[in-house]
Formats: sequence, C-alpha cells, structure tokens
Amino acid sequence: MRKEAFAAYLFLAPCILGLLIFEAGPVIASVILSLMDWDLLSPPKWVGLGNFREMFSKDKLVPLSLFNTAYYTFFGVPLQLAAALGAALLLNAKVRGIRLYRTAFYVPSVTPAVANAILWVLIFNPESGIANYMLSALRLPTFRWLVDPPMAKPAFILMSLWGIGSTMVIFLAGLQGIPEYLYEAASIDGAGALKSFRHITIPMLTPTIFFNLTIGIIGSFQVFTSAYIMTAGGPANATLFYVLYLYRNAFQYLRMGYASALAWCLFLIIALLTAIQFGAGQRWVYYEAELRP
Amino acid sequence: MSEIARHMVAAKPGTRLHSSTVIIVRRVASQLLLYLALTALAAMLLVPLVYMVSTSLKVRGTELALPVRWIPRPVAWENYPETFTMRPFHLYLRNTLSVVVGAMSGTLLTSSMAAYAFARLRFPGRNALFSIVIMTMMLPGVVTMIPTFVIFRNLGWVNTLLPLFVPAWFGGGAFNVFLFRQFFMTLPYELEEAARIDGAGFFRIYSRITVPLSGPIFATVAIFSFIGNWNNFMGPLIYLTSREKFTLALGIQTFRSEFEVRWANIMVAATLMTIPCLLVFFFFQRFFFQGVVMSGMSGR
Repeated sequence: MRKEAFAAYLFLAPCILGLLIFEAGPVIASVILSLMDWDLLSPPKWVGLGNFREMFSKDKLVPLSLFNTAYYTFFGVPLQLAAALGAALLLNAKVRGIRLYRTAFYVPSVTPAVANAILWVLIFNPESGIANYMLSALRLPTFRWLVDPPMAKPAFILMSLWGIGSTMVIFLAGLQGIPEYLYEAASIDGAGALKSFRHITIPMLTPTIFFNLTIGIIGSFQVFTSAYIMTAGGPANATLFYVLYLYRNAFQYLRMGYASALAWCLFLIIALLTAIQFGAGQRWVYYEAELRP
Repeated sequence: MSEIARHMVAAKPGTRLHSSTVIIVRRVASQLLLYLALTALAAMLLVPLVYMVSTSLKVRGTELALPVRWIPRPVAWENYPETFTMRPFHLYLRNTLSVVVGAMSGTLLTSSMAAYAFARLRFPGRNALFSIVIMTMMLPGVVTMIPTFVIFRNLGWVNTLLPLFVPAWFGGGAFNVFLFRQFFMTLPYELEEAARIDGAGFFRIYSRITVPLSGPIFATVAIFSFIGNWNNFMGPLIYLTSREKFTLALGIQTFRSEFEVRWANIMVAATLMTIPCLLVFFFFQRFFFQGVVMSGMSGR
C-alpha cells in the first residue's frame, strides 16, 4: 500500500510540479501583481486597489472592450450554436456519403487561426473580397465589413460561424445518443417531424446545448488572435476585445500590474457567467438519470 | 429513382397512384432536399479555402480582379518558390516543428503518467488532487500568463523556443490528463492484476500493458497537441522577438502587416501553413472525432 502511494506520487511528480510552478505560483503572483505598478524594468510599486479603481473610473477602454466582447459573445455564441445544431441535424441523417459531408463541415475547424484571420481579411475586402462579391451576385446589399465600425463585430461573428466544427460534432454525438424508440413511440402517437423535434430532440439534447453554451461563452470571452491580426482592434476600437486590450497593457505598454488586474476581472466575469448558467441550467437542462422528488 | 419506377410499373395503368408510391416519392424528394442542403452548406464552408488556394496561384496584381476567377489563368506556380525567398520559411518550419515535437512528447509522457496514477493507483489525496487538476481548466490562460512570462524572463528564456514547449513536460495540460484517465478506466483490470502477481512494478505495468493498449487515446491527444501547437499564436507572439526564432504562425503574420498588396504571396503562406493541418485531419479523422466527442461527454 505504501509502495503504491509512493509510485503514484512518482507518476504524478511532473504534474504536481507543473501545478505548483505554472498554476499555483502564478495565481498567487498574479493577485499580488494586480495590486502593484510594474513595468518590468524599475522595481514594482504597491498601489493597493488603484489598478481596479482605474479600470472602472478613468480608463474608458475597459468598459468599451467589455462591451465589444459581450456583443461578440452574446450575439455570436447563440448563432454558432444554432448553426452547429442545424448542421448536426443534417449530418445525423442516415444516407450514403454522410461521412464525406461530416469531413467537409469540420475542415474549417482544423485550419490555423492565423491563416484563417489573414484569409478573412481578403474575403471581407470591401471592393473585391468574395463576401461582397457573392452578396452582390445575389442582389443583396454589400457592406464595408472591417472598415465600417458598426459592421466590424458582425463580420467577426460571421467569420466565427465558419469554425463551428467541434460544437457541431458534439451536437452530433448528442443526437446519436437519443434512443430511437422515443421517436418510434412518438410517431405511433401521430407526432410529426416538427413535434418530435420540439418534444424529443430538444429536451434530450439540453445537456449538450448546456455544455456547448458554457464552453462557447468561455471561449468567446477570450477572443484574441483574429482581432489582433485582422483589425488590430480597429476601426475606431470597434473590435478592441478584452484580451486584446489586456495583451496591449502587458506587452506593449508594459503595465504588468494593470494587466494582471484586468486578467482577474476577466476571470471573475467568466466565473460569474458560468455560475449563472449552472444556476439557470437547473431549470432547463434535463438529465435522464436524475430523479426529482 | 429506380424504386419509383418499379412502383410506377407495378401500379396498374389508369388506377390512382398507390399510397406506398406516394410515400416513396416523398422519401426520395426529402432525400434529394437533404443532399441539396448538405451540398450547399459544404460548398459554403469550403469556398474560403478554395479562394485561398486559388488566390495563391494568381499572377501578382490580378489577385483582386473582378469577376473572381476561381481557376486562375495562367496558374502562377512561381508564387510558391518566390514566397520562400521572401522569408526564411525553412527556419519558421524548423522552429515550429521543434515546438510541436517537444510539446507533444512532453504532453504524451507526463499527462498519461499522471492519468495512470489517477485511474489505477490508490494514494492519499487522490480525489482532492484530481479536483485541483480539473479546476485549473476553468482558469483563463491570461491569469497565469504574466507571472509565467516573468518566470521565463528571469530564466533568460525569452526569445527562445523553450517557454513554448517546456511547460508541456509538467503534466501536459489538465484536459489531456482527463482524457487519458477516462480511457484508462475503461481498460480491463485482469491483465494488470496478472502482471502484479508475477511481480511486475507499476512502471512496468504502465509501460508494458497500459500504454500498448491505449493507442487510440495517444493518437487523439497527439493530434490535438499537434494542431494546438502548430496553430499557437499568442505564445510565440509573447516570447519570440527575433525573426530567426519565429514559428510559422508569427512568420506568416508578418506577411499580412508588410505586404498587404501582395495577396498572392500572403495566400501562399496561408496555404502552406494550412496543408499539414488538413493532412493530419484527413488521415486521423477518427481520432479527431473521438476526442471531440469525449470532451463533449465530459461535461467539462
């Protein structure tokens, strides 16, 4: 028994060291740093809650970047979920060649974010990108996507719909986990396709929807690479997302303390949103194994 | 279609269409609609990639010409060697591969070892430690980013590749530990018990029994690690400062900022960076989908 425990700690040694060096240590250091001013060069200066005060009173870019990020998340994630569910429903059909389609739908999700971002700059080119080219071919209005401030965030959301592969595959697995007999019973009772969808598919899928929603919001709040490359936060700060602003404070303005305060604020927001979802989830997520009194 | 035809023949001339025929016509029609929807969606999703490759093969100066020429004429193959001379791609590739291989081997070894302990060994504090590992998944990377940067700066590792793969040797990421553990728990105990009775130590059991039985999960984690490190942008952006240390992600990004007008060359770079990801995906699709589904089922 003692030998077994000793072996276990040996197996876990790298992991435990990693937890201490790269998680616990930095978490503590980050709390302390958030109460300091430090530019990496001169010695750090204690400022107490000064950084947090600055965030919410003086610095206009914090509320703005929070707004941008919330906009991107709360419009983008529901659309991503709807699109992913739609694609998964199509892919759940039992027809020949369906695997080929699944591959095709997933391909955009494995392509590098940097290459994607660069590619979409060209796609959104107002004069000759294919976004406007196709819209005008369909006789629809065209937009000055990444140039016109009100259109910049919708452009990012549109682009995010391209990479919904993982969400889609998780939905597909969820759909395939719904037992066939439920649909058979419903159809014997005379339920049509829409009724079955509304009363079987959706309720049975709520745990999957909940998972994708939670992960989607957490990921969406940390959007960085696309904004850094495509617009550098522009036009007129319309795509200055929170993590991009944090990165600038840390590595361009060398405000390590302030950036740490920003990071903790992000953590609290994400934790709060996740907690709210778990609270609300009690009401709408259906778990089969769960027996309520 | 032949099904309908058969029914048409079977139905007596002059009589109303048999109700089963109606059902079959409906089924075929709905299948056609389904294929139409699937194909339209697949086309929409693949158009950007086609556009990328097609632009990479256009003669410089004609990239933005309208109407869009999907198949460039002439095909400017010379864009590819030309792009290689504009940037030290061989260095970017070598650096990227160093990071990918370094991080992947560290992740596979240390996260599977940790997972083995969590799945198979009894020791005080097992559940608490596992909860802590899982909890680190909820911590956004930016919280630990700055102190971690300070650590590597003090070690003098800024502008080296070390910060990009050394952390992978320390547990390989909570999510991978979780994936390995889930898989190990599905393996039958009997073989290990037999080996224990024969006097094999735990490390021997891990390396001779558990690992050889776990090919699929090693493949899944290896693939995600490959894609993650190949595509990583923020890490290299923070740590690498001089050109000869750049990974592909950083090297390609400089194209965008400096050669805005040379879209053909920019798209060559984007295409070259994308191809390995597509190859890995096509050859190891099964593991990809398994991994995604496992993460979905985890209720992470």
